[in-house]
Amino acid sequence: MKRLSPDALRLALPVLALSVLIISVFIMRPNVMSYNGLHLLFKLGIPIALATLAQMIIMSVNDLDLSMGSFISFVACVTATWLVDAPLIGALMLLGAIATYAALGMVIAWRGLPSIVVTLGMSFVWAGLAVLVLPTPGGTAPGWVASLMSVRPTLMPMGIAGSIIIAVVAHFVIMRSSFGVLIRGVGGNERSVARAGWSVLWARAAAYATAASFAVLAGITLVGLMTSADANIALRYTLLSIAGVILGGGEFTGGRVSAIGAVVGALTLLLAGSFLTFLKVPNDWQIGAQGMILIGILGLRLLLVRLEKRRGRA
Amino acid sequence: MSTLQPIIAVTAAHVRFGEVRALDGVSLAIMPGECIGLVGHNGAGKSTIVNVINGGLRPQEGSLTCDGKDIDWSVGVARAQGLRCVFQELSLCPNLTVIENTRLMHRNLGGWGWRDKARQIIRTSLDRVFPDHGIDPGAQVGALTIAERQMVEIAMSFSDAGIAPRVVILDEPTSSLDAGLAEQLLNHVRRFIAEGGAVILVSHILGEVLSTATRIVVMKDGRTVAERPAGEFTQVSLVDAMGSTARDQTRSTRTGPAGAVVLRQDLPRGLPFVAHKGEVIGLAGLGGHGQTEMLVALYEKHSPSWFPVRDPRAIFVAGDRRLNGTFDLWSILRNMTVASLPDLSRAGMVNRSAEAKRAATWQARIAIRTPDMNNPILSLSGGNQQKVLFARALSTRAPVVLMDDPMRGVDIGTKQEVYDIIRAEAAQGRTFIWYSTEMSEIALCDRVYIFREGVIVADLTGTQITEHAILSASFKGEAA
Repeated sequence: MKRLSPDALRLALPVLALSVLIISVFIMRPNVMSYNGLHLLFKLGIPIALATLAQMIIMSVNDLDLSMGSFISFVACVTATWLVDAPLIGALMLLGAIATYAALGMVIAWRGLPSIVVTLGMSFVWAGLAVLVLPTPGGTAPGWVASLMSVRPTLMPMGIAGSIIIAVVAHFVIMRSSFGVLIRGVGGNERSVARAGWSVLWARAAAYATAASFAVLAGITLVGLMTSADANIALRYTLLSIAGVILGGGEFTGGRVSAIGAVVGALTLLLAGSFLTFLKVPNDWQIGAQGMILIGILGLRLLLVRLEKRRGRA
Repeated sequence: MSTLQPIIAVTAAHVRFGEVRALDGVSLAIMPGECIGLVGHNGAGKSTIVNVINGGLRPQEGSLTCDGKDIDWSVGVARAQGLRCVFQELSLCPNLTVIENTRLMHRNLGGWGWRDKARQIIRTSLDRVFPDHGIDPGAQVGALTIAERQMVEIAMSFSDAGIAPRVVILDEPTSSLDAGLAEQLLNHVRRFIAEGGAVILVSHILGEVLSTATRIVVMKDGRTVAERPAGEFTQVSLVDAMGSTARDQTRSTRTGPAGAVVLRQDLPRGLPFVAHKGEVIGLAGLGGHGQTEMLVALYEKHSPSWFPVRDPRAIFVAGDRRLNGTFDLWSILRNMTVASLPDLSRAGMVNRSAEAKRAATWQARIAIRTPDMNNPILSLSGGNQQKVLFARALSTRAPVVLMDDPMRGVDIGTKQEVYDIIRAEAAQGRTFIWYSTEMSEIALCDRVYIFREGVIVADLTGTQITEHAILSASFKGEAA
C-alpha cells in the first residue's frame, strides 16, 4: 500500500472535522438535510472561503495579514456605493486597493518589516476609509452581484457549489501553477529562491496582489449576500480567516499551505457557529465554545505533527 | 577550440568584512575538464571565494572574467552561464516536492506541462548520478531523509533544463552520504569533467579530494598557499600545506593534577566529553561539525527547564551577538546584570544600588570603554559589546562557562584582555568550555577535543595541542 503523503494526512483532519460537524447537525436537525436547509447553513460560505484563501496566500510567504477584516469591510462599502453609482470609478478604487497591497508586499520585502505591524497599521487605514465611503450602514448591492449570488444551481446550493469552484481554482493557482510554486518557495526557503535568480521582492508583491484580489472578491460577494454594507461588516474575518487556514492544515511559517484545506477549514468554522446554535448554547457562550472547538481540533493537529516528526526520524 | 581559455577566472580578488580580510588577493582560473579541490581550515577563505565565483559576493578589488570576457557578474548571470552550486546547508524548499524545487531552480522551465518536463529532467539527472536512488520526484522534500535531500540537491545542479551546467561547485557534498553514494558521486564528477565540464570540490575528506581532483588549491588566511596538480600531493603534504610555519603561542601554564569532574557527557559514538574543575577546554575542528550542538546540549542538560534556580550550573556566552546575545534596546548596565538578577534582588525587587555596584566592578575589571553604563548597548563597539556579554556570564556564580566562538570579529586588543580574564577565572576554579574556529585561541586551552562529523575524534592535552595535530584530526583521510 502506498503511504499517505504528509500533505494528504494534513488534509484528512479538517475533512474529518467538517464531516463530524455535518453529521452531528444532521442528527440534531434532520430537516437541514434538504436543499433549503443546506442553503441556509452554507449561505456565507463563499465570502468566508475567499477571505480565508486571501489570508492563506499571505501566510504562504511567511507573513500574516491583520487588516483582512477591515480591508474586506472597505471593499464591501465601495461595492455597495461606488460600484452601484459609478461602476468605473468603483472598479478603479478596487484596482487601486489591490495595487496598494502589492506595494505593501514590496515594502515589507524591501525593508524586511514585520508584516504584522504593517498590516495592523493598515487595518486602521482601511477602517477609516470604509467609514469615509459609507458613514452609516446602507447602500445596495450592484444588480449583477445580487443576481449572481442568488443563483440556485440544481445539484447543490450556491454556498457549497461556489466554495467548491473557488477551492479548485485556488488549488490550481497556488498549488499547481509555476507562480504558486514560486510563492510557496519564498515561504519555504527565501534564500534559495533568491539564489536561483528570482526576485523575492516581486514574488512578494505578486503574492500580496493575488491575496488582495481574493479579498476584493470576498467583499463583493459578501455585499451580494447581505444586499447592503457597513464599515464593520467583516471585522470578524481577520481572525476567522487565520483560524481557517490553520484549521485547514496550514502553518504560520514555512510555506506549508493547502488551498482545499483552507476552504474546508473556513466551512468548518462557519458550521461550528450553527452547530452551537442548534445545541442551544446561549449566545454569550458561543464565541467561547467556538474557541474550544478550535483548540480541540488544533490539539489533534499537534498530535499529528508529532507523529509525522517521529516517522520522519525513523 | 577554446579549451585553453578558462570558463571563469578570478584575478587578485580582495574581500574585507569589517576588519577581517576574508580574501587577500586570490586568483583562481577554472578550466574546462578539470576538478579543482579546494581545501583549508576555518576562515581560510574557501566559502568567500566560492561566493565570489557564484555571484553572491562582489570583491572590493579584483576582476572576474567569463570565457575571457569581462562581465557584470551576479547570481542570475552566473546561472545563465551554466554555473551551479551545491551549498553545504540545505538549500531546497522543504515544503515543496522535488519536481517543484526543480521548477524553482530552473527559471526558464515554464509553460504548460512544466511538471512533466521537470519530472523528466530531475529523474534523468538522478538516474545518471545515483543509479538505483529510489527517490520519487513527486515526494515532498521535507519527507525525504537528509541523504536523499542531498542527493536531490546534487542531481539538481547537474541537471540540464536548456542551460547545460558547465561549472558545478560542490561544498562538502558527501557530508551526509554513505560511502557507496559518495563513490557514485565522485564517479559522476570524473565523468562530468571528462565530458568537458568543470567542478570545484570543497571537502574535509582528503582522500576524496586526492582521488578526484585534478588540481588542488590550498588556502590559508584568505590567500592561496599552494596550488599544484593533485598527483603531487599526499595526505601528509596537504595537511602540512594547510598549517603555518611554526607560530608559537603563549601556551597554557596550568600544571598539576586536574580537579574534580564537573561535567560529563557520553556521546553515542566517539570519545566521551569530560570537563574538570578549573580547566579551559577547547572544542576544535572545522566549523559546523557538532561543536555548537555539544555546547547547547551541555547547557540544556545543566540548566533548569521549568523554574529558575538560584544556583545555575552553567552559563552560555553567545557567538552571534545580534542573534542571541544582546538586548539591543537596553542599557549596558541592564545587559550586563540580566543573568545575575536573582543575586541582586530582594523579595523579587531588583536592588538598584547593588546592581550599579556590581556593574561598576565589572566595568573596571574587564575595561568596558564607556563614560556611562546607562548608555545603550549599541553605543559600544562590537568588541566592547562582546566584553559586556563576558561580564554578564562571569558575574554569575555559575561554575561552568560555555562559549560559542565568542571572539568572532573582535579586535586583537580586546581578545588579549579577555584571554587574561579567562585565565584568571580558571585559576580560581571556573571551568571554561570554549568552541573556537581560531587556531590561536585553541592553543590557549588546557585540553582540546577535536570534532568531526558530530563525533569527538581526538583529545589533545598540553604540548600535544599543535596545529598539525588539530588539522590532521579535523580532516579525514578516507571516506567512511
